[in-house]
Amino acid sequence: MSYFSDIYSGIKTLLTGMRVTGGHFVRIRSENITQLYPDNRDTLQMFERFRGEVVMPHDENNEHRCTGCQSCEIACPNGSIEIIWDRQVDPATGKKKKMIDKHIYHLSMCTMCGLCINACPTDAIVWAQNFENAVYDRSALTKVLNQPGSKLKAGIEE
Amino acid sequence: MMNIPLSITTTIHDWLFSIMPEGAATITEWVLIAAAYLALFAVAGLYLVLLERKVAAWFQFRLGPNRVGPWGIFQTIADALKLVSKEIYSNRKVDKFLFNLAPYFVIIASLMAMAVFPFSKQFQGFDINIGVFFLFAVSSIGVIGLLVGGWASNNKYSLIGAMRSGLQTISYELSVGLSILTMVLLSGSLQLSEIIEVQRTGGWLIFQGHIPAIIAFMIFMIAGTAETNRAPFDLVEAESELGAGFHTEYSGMQFAYFFLAEFINMFIIASIAVVLFFGGWLSPFGITEGITWFPEVLWFIIKVFMIILLMMWFRWTFPRLRVDQLLTLEWKYLLPINMVNLVLMAIVIWLNITL
Ligand code: SF4
Ligand code: SF4
Repeated sequence: MSYFSDIYSGIKTLLTGMRVTGGHFVRIRSENITQLYPDNRDTLQMFERFRGEVVMPHDENNEHRCTGCQSCEIACPNGSIEIIWDRQVDPATGKKKKMIDKHIYHLSMCTMCGLCINACPTDAIVWAQNFENAVYDRSALTKVLNQPGSKLKAGIEE
Repeated sequence: MMNIPLSITTTIHDWLFSIMPEGAATITEWVLIAAAYLALFAVAGLYLVLLERKVAAWFQFRLGPNRVGPWGIFQTIADALKLVSKEIYSNRKVDKFLFNLAPYFVIIASLMAMAVFPFSKQFQGFDINIGVFFLFAVSSIGVIGLLVGGWASNNKYSLIGAMRSGLQTISYELSVGLSILTMVLLSGSLQLSEIIEVQRTGGWLIFQGHIPAIIAFMIFMIAGTAETNRAPFDLVEAESELGAGFHTEYSGMQFAYFFLAEFINMFIIASIAVVLFFGGWLSPFGITEGITWFPEVLWFIIKVFMIILLMMWFRWTFPRLRVDQLLTLEWKYLLPINMVNLVLMAIVIWLNITL
């Protein structure tokens, strides 16, 4: 008797599968996932969680959130980050303190592991969504993340 | 033969006979017809490949080829040009003669089968009175090509693929044959044009034969898919197990022959289904019956494409069978059902309860 129920359940499951793929087939216009990449470059939106490269956002006053604490440099497993810092007099308080000079990031060595971003206590660095990172000279992959003349945003260190 | 609307062939026929002696004119006509079929073969093959890729993409939420020409319609032509320009290469220690012979077996079998199809009332190369039997016989020649190709390649994966194809074809030929036989019982003729004439008055055979005909159609589609070695029965060329199966060692145009033949076989299976179950070139409900200029071949092509779409739907939905499952399906399920179905059909005809 299981012979006939086998036939029945066989046909039923096959039809279930065909309904799923058939649904895909008729809804291709609305559910297509192909990105026509070079054509839609202007409108292409990468996903939130995509890891393109590490960047340091600056606000409109050219201020960033990096205190130069070096946590990211220590966290990085392959030495892609170098922090160059020195002690300067803080104009607001008149005291000497550690300040960042250059946050150097080697994109060519980065494995996109994200440990630096997790380690940063002030959320100064984030992931960017760009992926067109090809260059003609690899020295172009060594980037200084803090913009020239930028300074620490007030109130971050408290 | 072949006088589509303008009866252009009659004109060519008269013209040929007026300018050369009878014998030469006949041969020229043969060559022209052969060229027409070859062109049909190439175009159908190329566009079926494109259709397959497009349909596959749509089943998977992708777009498919869309770069070469509008909507990618020239993609497969570009692929074919690439294959033509490639070197035909073979390994050391292959059996040269058999290796080079195998693709032609496959392609000639497909071409011969194409010749007997009534694409429309006039467009039929060869209206033989044992048409169904001829089709059935010729379509089994192809597997010799696969066996020979797999053997001659001197490659164990090719050989395994070829052996599997032999196994599969021998098993499923039975089901194809029996389901065709069921329909022949109903139509009462082996001649393809006659089978279509039967359907002109009585409705399509799948409606005439109702339950047994529908069962026969389902069995025919399953066994026909297996005959063409397409997924879910593609263990002949299971990529994950055997490379490309029997045609692993082939390159260039020889590979293209195998590849095209697979798609032409699909076309052939679909055409048999259309002729035996869906009234060939007859329009549904006779809606274009009175319109003389309407190309009936269009109905044939539309129906064939519906069936092909169904086969592609199978392919992109079902997972591949294991060899033992393949044999279980055939010998434990399809064959007994088929035999019972044949008897059922006989009873239906005997009691005269066809629709
Ligand atoms: S993502 Fe990983 S590898 Fe890249 S800079 Fe940060 S810690 Fe280093
Ligand atoms: S980016 Fe973050 S972790 Fe790295 S030095 Fe600046 S504040 Fe410290």
